[in-house]
Amino acid sequence: MTNLTMTNITVQYSGNKPKKLRFWHKAARYSLYILLILFALFYIMPLFVMVITSLKSLDEIHQGGLLNLPENITFEPWFVAWSSACAGVSCNGLKGFFFNSVLLVVPAVFIATLIGAINGYALMHWRFKGSEIIFALLLFGCFIPFQIVLLPMAILLGKMHLSGSITGLIMVHAIYGIPFTTMFFRNYYMTIPVELVKAAKIDGAGFFRIFFSIFLPLSPPIIVVTIIWEFTNIWNDFLFGISFSAAGTQPITVALNNIVNSTTGVKEYNVDMAAAIIAALPTLLVYIFAGKYFIRGLSAGSVKG
Amino acid sequence: MQNNQQKETEKMTDNHILSIKNLYKNYGSTEVLKDINIDIDEGEFLVLVGPSGCGKSTLLNCIAGLEEITSGTIEIAKLDMSSVPPKDRNIAMVFQSYALYPTMNVEKNITFGMKVRGESATAQKAALENVTEILQIGDLLKRKPAQLSGGQRQRVAMGRALVRNPKLFLFDEPLSNLDAKLRVEMRGEIKRLYQKLKTSIVYVTHDQTEAMNLATQLAVMKGGELQQLGPPQEIYDKPNSIFVAGFIGSPAMNFIEGELQIDGKAKFFKTQLNNEEILISIDHYQFESAVSHGQKLTLGIRPEYITGIKPDVDDKMLLSVELIPTLIETNGFDKHVDLKFGDGEIGGRFMPQEQISFNEAHLTHLNFSKISIFDRLSGWRV
Repeated sequence: MTNLTMTNITVQYSGNKPKKLRFWHKAARYSLYILLILFALFYIMPLFVMVITSLKSLDEIHQGGLLNLPENITFEPWFVAWSSACAGVSCNGLKGFFFNSVLLVVPAVFIATLIGAINGYALMHWRFKGSEIIFALLLFGCFIPFQIVLLPMAILLGKMHLSGSITGLIMVHAIYGIPFTTMFFRNYYMTIPVELVKAAKIDGAGFFRIFFSIFLPLSPPIIVVTIIWEFTNIWNDFLFGISFSAAGTQPITVALNNIVNSTTGVKEYNVDMAAAIIAALPTLLVYIFAGKYFIRGLSAGSVKG
Repeated sequence: MQNNQQKETEKMTDNHILSIKNLYKNYGSTEVLKDINIDIDEGEFLVLVGPSGCGKSTLLNCIAGLEEITSGTIEIAKLDMSSVPPKDRNIAMVFQSYALYPTMNVEKNITFGMKVRGESATAQKAALENVTEILQIGDLLKRKPAQLSGGQRQRVAMGRALVRNPKLFLFDEPLSNLDAKLRVEMRGEIKRLYQKLKTSIVYVTHDQTEAMNLATQLAVMKGGELQQLGPPQEIYDKPNSIFVAGFIGSPAMNFIEGELQIDGKAKFFKTQLNNEEILISIDHYQFESAVSHGQKLTLGIRPEYITGIKPDVDDKMLLSVELIPTLIETNGFDKHVDLKFGDGEIGGRFMPQEQISFNEAHLTHLNFSKISIFDRLSGWRV
């Protein structure tokens, strides 16, 4: 967009002082590109270092040369990180914790998305006395810092006999996600005409029939947005993970921390780097494959017809 | 007198498809509908018309059961429906935005209601075939609403209402989203369909032409109140308030202010024109309520009674004056001309062949044989 506008301005001016302006315009354009490339390099640098370090042997790392490409590429650190790195007392690598995270994220995202969709639908299209206040309070939930709920949640989980269990973590994340998912769906459903609900009511459909037959089929764009948002948040969460898990139920972020911090003797940078990439990979993949739907879902939403 | 008459007719016919009694609807402390009373016989085409915000759509939603009423009763086919949910009211509704389900194709849109009500696949198929034939939408069945034009969507929306085979059809401004040409076309189609199926319809619109064209019974509303209910011709000829007179008919009715002069037995309407007193004989006018000498009145005269060619009526009912045209609109079959009349303007209808020029005085005949007279203070017909 910006590019287009800039070009247009030049075209307009080019009648008056073409040469001088064209030079300055070009200079500005190239400096802009250079700046952008520098920023891009700066941002990609950590990932680059992580990837090359994870492919080096420890000897090669100790020779120095942080930015040097590996002389002998080795995948050994990746295998170690996956299946035999030591996190605390157990030395089984990340794989167990990776699946803990999957077991935790999938149901939590599903529950939060489904409840958010129903909430958004109800708050938008089945207004009742106080529905606006309930929505405002739910929105407030988006701004409650994690730290505030730690203690009450720990007590609650204890009372429900869910302390240290994956089920407990699922519950925590699902509840914490509901304000966000509700907001997403409510705002999306705002664009769906009220008459659609009226027509369905006259056709004899009830609350859930209208939701499942009419609203849900219209929702894929916002479902994708919600899933990406929730998946990323829950997968990357560390605080809830470390607070409410026990040995054996820790999510991958907590295990990564343990691996990096609990090595005795020589620090295996290559294994640490490989482990960090493995832990980050799912969210990266989600963005790469669903990113375009994310943008589309955020900008779209209106229903034609 | 009127009440008795009403009761008698009620006893005699007694086939009301829709009967609304003392209906009130409040949003908090605002009264949106005030004491609405409407009785409609089976097979009538009732049009609710009025300016935006007059409560006509709210009234329709109340009939549909999509809005709760505050007090009063609504009977559909003699059953009290005041607190019955929409699906059990035996109605079908067509919406302004058509409200077709976007993810379902035409066929599924039409049969959705039947499916929800658990009707058999064979019944669904038969009903679908029936409306497909009536509305000629056979080649659209597999399309999604987004792939249809405005007129086609309109037709599908009507199809969805038709399969229901309801006691009462409700239309909520169904033509407002169409362009002018298509609107006239669909209007004709609705009327033809109505004449063919002989169903009972309640139809909401803000367009008085559409209302006049479609209705067999017209209900004019203003500010949440029912102003007048009756056949369109009756409302056109005898509007019972200045509001109805001005709202129904296009170009609009002309209003001349004056007062009543009673001279023995003869009654005159006294007004001023260019500082000259004019007396118009209104002996032929049938007053509906008591009037007194000097009462401030407003006289309403339709544009078609203001002409350039002298009409064949008693001179007593005629006022022939030279008036200055301020606006001339030609539409082929006649000319609509605004003329300076005292401080204001009046609009007349002139023959196309008449030579009328802007700002040149033209001999104009005001024919007072068919007029409406209103009390200027209350606005009601007298």
